[in-house]
Amino acid sequence: MQERLQDESYKSGKRVLLNGNQAVAEAVKIAKPDVIAAYPITPQTPVVEKLAEFVAKGELNSEFVNVESEYSALSVVYGAALTGARVFTATSSHGLAYMYEMCWWVAGSRVPLVMALPTRSIGAPWNIHSDHSDVMILKDVGWIISMAENAQECFDLTLIGFPISEELNIPYSVSYDAFMVSHTAEVVEVRDVELPKRKQAYKILPNSEFALNAVTVNDARHKARKTLMKDLENSRRKIEKIGRSFLGEDFSLAEKYRVEDADYVIVTYGGWSGDFKDVVDEMRDKGVKIGLLKLRFLRPLPEEELKEISGDVLVVDRSALYKFGGMGGEIKRIIPEAKNVIAALGGYEIGYSEIKALVRRFVSGKIGEVEWYP
Amino acid sequence: MLDPLISHPKVGSAGKTGEWRVFKPIVDHELCVLCLECSEYCPENVIEVKDGKIWIDYDYCKGCLICKNVCKMKAIKAEREFY
Repeated sequence: MQERLQDESYKSGKRVLLNGNQAVAEAVKIAKPDVIAAYPITPQTPVVEKLAEFVAKGELNSEFVNVESEYSALSVVYGAALTGARVFTATSSHGLAYMYEMCWWVAGSRVPLVMALPTRSIGAPWNIHSDHSDVMILKDVGWIISMAENAQECFDLTLIGFPISEELNIPYSVSYDAFMVSHTAEVVEVRDVELPKRKQAYKILPNSEFALNAVTVNDARHKARKTLMKDLENSRRKIEKIGRSFLGEDFSLAEKYRVEDADYVIVTYGGWSGDFKDVVDEMRDKGVKIGLLKLRFLRPLPEEELKEISGDVLVVDRSALYKFGGMGGEIKRIIPEAKNVIAALGGYEIGYSEIKALVRRFVSGKIGEVEWYP
Repeated sequence: MLDPLISHPKVGSAGKTGEWRVFKPIVDHELCVLCLECSEYCPENVIEVKDGKIWIDYDYCKGCLICKNVCKMKAIKAEREFY
């Protein structure tokens, strides 16, 4: 570790100790947004605190708008984005629920913007810790949804979010687990890059002579939603192209970890993918042909990678949507015999040994179609 | 992509909205002093002056009666059209 820290030639940019929230803020600083608005909520607060500090110190020339609610936060950046401003906001959990209506307006209006969403449980009962209940309510609104595993991915996925959103005219969110990622410090390479200037499909300026989102008749709403869903479904090539131009050729919508020749594949996303990879390594050492597919994006869903994997599949979710976990149900549409586990809601701690026990049960065929763990 | 979102407003784009009216504002031209307060406040922009008199476009007047309320000369009466 120490050696790698000292290796200045490791990659371009500087290597610093940052937690997930700070890594997001550093990426936003590179994007130079014109307007930032957010309302504080645990665990998102440090993102905007850091950005407020950048603005106060004069390191970032953004209009920082203090608002009285999340509904206003997204409304402010929505309005600013319509005039051509690059914008950023961040929220979590109940804050996302409070701004939910505006999430639909932003997507429906095809407005590019980036929002950080450290994932936190939604009450009741009160809980400030991690699960993926909040991002699941955003999943089907019509946003691009990325999921970071660690602080470096928080930085990378935030950075590329701006050009991706602006290329596709679809809002973009970067999600990462509360505390385990948001508040855990790691070495992050702060890339020395510049982003292209903002572009978007249309702007509203004082001399614009049109109405946006007037009450529609006949098939206008149907067409608008259909176009958004199709554009999102077909967005993967553009996401990959932009991602690779900033992050290197191995960037893709899903990370394949030792899946070649695997008899067993675990599908995960978010912070604990790292623990699962460690378990995969240990079991590979013992001769079990096991691999892992980490979803970097939930929307668009990396269907190609999911279709490619062979062997028995276990999808591990950290949210429950009726019978299945957050992604388990829809992954079963692609891999009908996939098993699904709903684990560790509300920050319930499962560490390496519990994860190993779970994976062992999977490999020995003891996991049913859907199971709760614990 | 933007066709369903962007519209260019024009008169009557939503049909003859005057058909929604329950109360019809009627101007008493004897009392009217052409102060144009009604025209200023009309949310539908359907009140103007024609041939030296206040004229209301009943094709699009929805009968909200704001004009009647703001008229200082009490020159506008409401007449019920539908029961």
